[in-house]
Amino acid sequence: MSAMGQPISGRVYKFGDNVNSDIIIAGRYLIYIDPEELAKHAFEMLGEGFPAKLREYPILVAGRNFGCGSAREQAATAIKGLGIKAVVAASFARTFYRNAINDGLTIVECPELYTAVQEGDQVDIDLAKGRITHAGREYSFPQIPPSVRKILELGGLANYLKANTSTSA
Amino acid sequence: MGQTIAEKILAAKSGQARLAPGEIVDAYPDLVMSHTATWRSVSVMKRIGATRLYDPDRLAIVLDHVSPAKTEKYAKDQQTSRNFAREHGIRKFYDVDAGIAHLVLMENGHIKPGDLVVGTDSHCTIYGALGALGTGIGYTEVTSVWVTGKLWMKVPTTIKFVLNGRFGTGVSAKDLMLYLIGKLGADGCGYKSAEFQGDAMPDMSISERMTVANLAMEMGAKCVFVPPDARTAAYLRERLEHFENYQPVLADPDATYEQEVTVALSELEPMVACPHQVENTKPIGEVVGTRIDQAFLGSCANGKYEDLEIAARILAGKRIDPRVRLLVTPGSKRILLEAMKSGVLQTLIESGALVTNPGCSACAGDGGMMADGEVSLSTANRNFLGRMGSNKSSIYLSSPATLAASAIKGAIADPREFM
Repeated sequence: MSAMGQPISGRVYKFGDNVNSDIIIAGRYLIYIDPEELAKHAFEMLGEGFPAKLREYPILVAGRNFGCGSAREQAATAIKGLGIKAVVAASFARTFYRNAINDGLTIVECPELYTAVQEGDQVDIDLAKGRITHAGREYSFPQIPPSVRKILELGGLANYLKANTSTSA
Repeated sequence: MGQTIAEKILAAKSGQARLAPGEIVDAYPDLVMSHTATWRSVSVMKRIGATRLYDPDRLAIVLDHVSPAKTEKYAKDQQTSRNFAREHGIRKFYDVDAGIAHLVLMENGHIKPGDLVVGTDSHCTIYGALGALGTGIGYTEVTSVWVTGKLWMKVPTTIKFVLNGRFGTGVSAKDLMLYLIGKLGADGCGYKSAEFQGDAMPDMSISERMTVANLAMEMGAKCVFVPPDARTAAYLRERLEHFENYQPVLADPDATYEQEVTVALSELEPMVACPHQVENTKPIGEVVGTRIDQAFLGSCANGKYEDLEIAARILAGKRIDPRVRLLVTPGSKRILLEAMKSGVLQTLIESGALVTNPGCSACAGDGGMMADGEVSLSTANRNFLGRMGSNKSSIYLSSPATLAASAIKGAIADPREFM
């Protein structure tokens, strides 16, 4: 599976700043690593309607410092399990940034889009060109470093390791 | 041009002469820590078909977040971790009796200045209390380091914090950090290294340095450093297996800093972080009188011996408010033993505390869960919505002194009243 190939299109759900990883998936569910199981409880701390309503949005948009707090990898896994194709944020916490790449979840840093977009808006992300289209306007975003992009292209670090490590005893 | 501590350590661990911020390198950590998450890394190892570790002596495993196992699932996961440690001859393996990974590793001499340490926990920044570069990663990446010995790292810019003067009565490192997190925000140090310098540092105990390096994560710090000095050397002399190899890594006087933040410690007052963000801090005066149902003294931020001792001094000869549940969790078995021998434990228990076994305890939701509408005051490092139970409960964060005073009053109280 190539994470960089097809453009990602769809409606967005919008969060604010400092969405922490405890909110994304509570500590009591870290007994799971399966994306489907985690997705059942993703964002449930936010109350009624979550996580079900997020399944209608293929793209999450958030403000600064998305995924801050705990280094739990399952925050990225749970979002992927919801069927979300990409998270666009003004900025990411570094542990979430790494975990997303390692889980094969597409992440894009674009503060301008965060300011412009409203919940439910249509957004198109072209990863290869580093460009987002929204309401007739185009936004560019920085590409993930090429050495790291290989991990994302293979769908995550486990696949990357499988392909790149000599594992015979 | 000079280099910061982060630049020097990353250069040394990636075989480079020098590095500048923004460069990406393959670095070889000295130690990779995994805690309760270990079974997840083991499962990834199986999934990728790997059987060999790069170097078993670079692994440390501490079963801390849920101790002992509360359900059969936890028991099974801990069994997986134990079996893995046995099978691969992991010498730095600590079972559910040991305590919180960070404290256990430092107490047992597994962390030294100049080390690069990664682990399945955001608060790995705490190792900077001893001059090591510690940072958090996910469990799949832990497997990757187990197998390949390395990981990619970006060289961060550094913010210099200059701490001058002395804390006033009733004010401690926790108050300083809550003040800084409130001032800089939850991402004020995002992707950055933080170095703490200034004339206050030589007097700051190792325990307080741990609080500083731990809490700096809550402003997003990638890594944190208290430059090693005579206190660091004294702490490590009795702990390191080979103290003769002790070699502090210090910043050059002409190192480049992105920003400098100066704090006069004498001007600080007790601080409290209000629900549901750590950056939501207020001076104690603005929250005095807020009713609490539970008070939790523990965690890698403030579950150290000194923290227990400070609380015991305030609680000695007094009773906590009968409406408050005071949970005390010594950070490690060593701390528990020390508190037992010194009488601190007895003082706390006589005041009305429930003392639990060492570990992450209520901070990680391992006991001490809260019901709808309940309020907890905690010495831990996070007050996120639902972290200690119901999403209709709330968590305030404070120093051990403020916590002890508040347990007596049944509401958030100024510790200076008791000093």
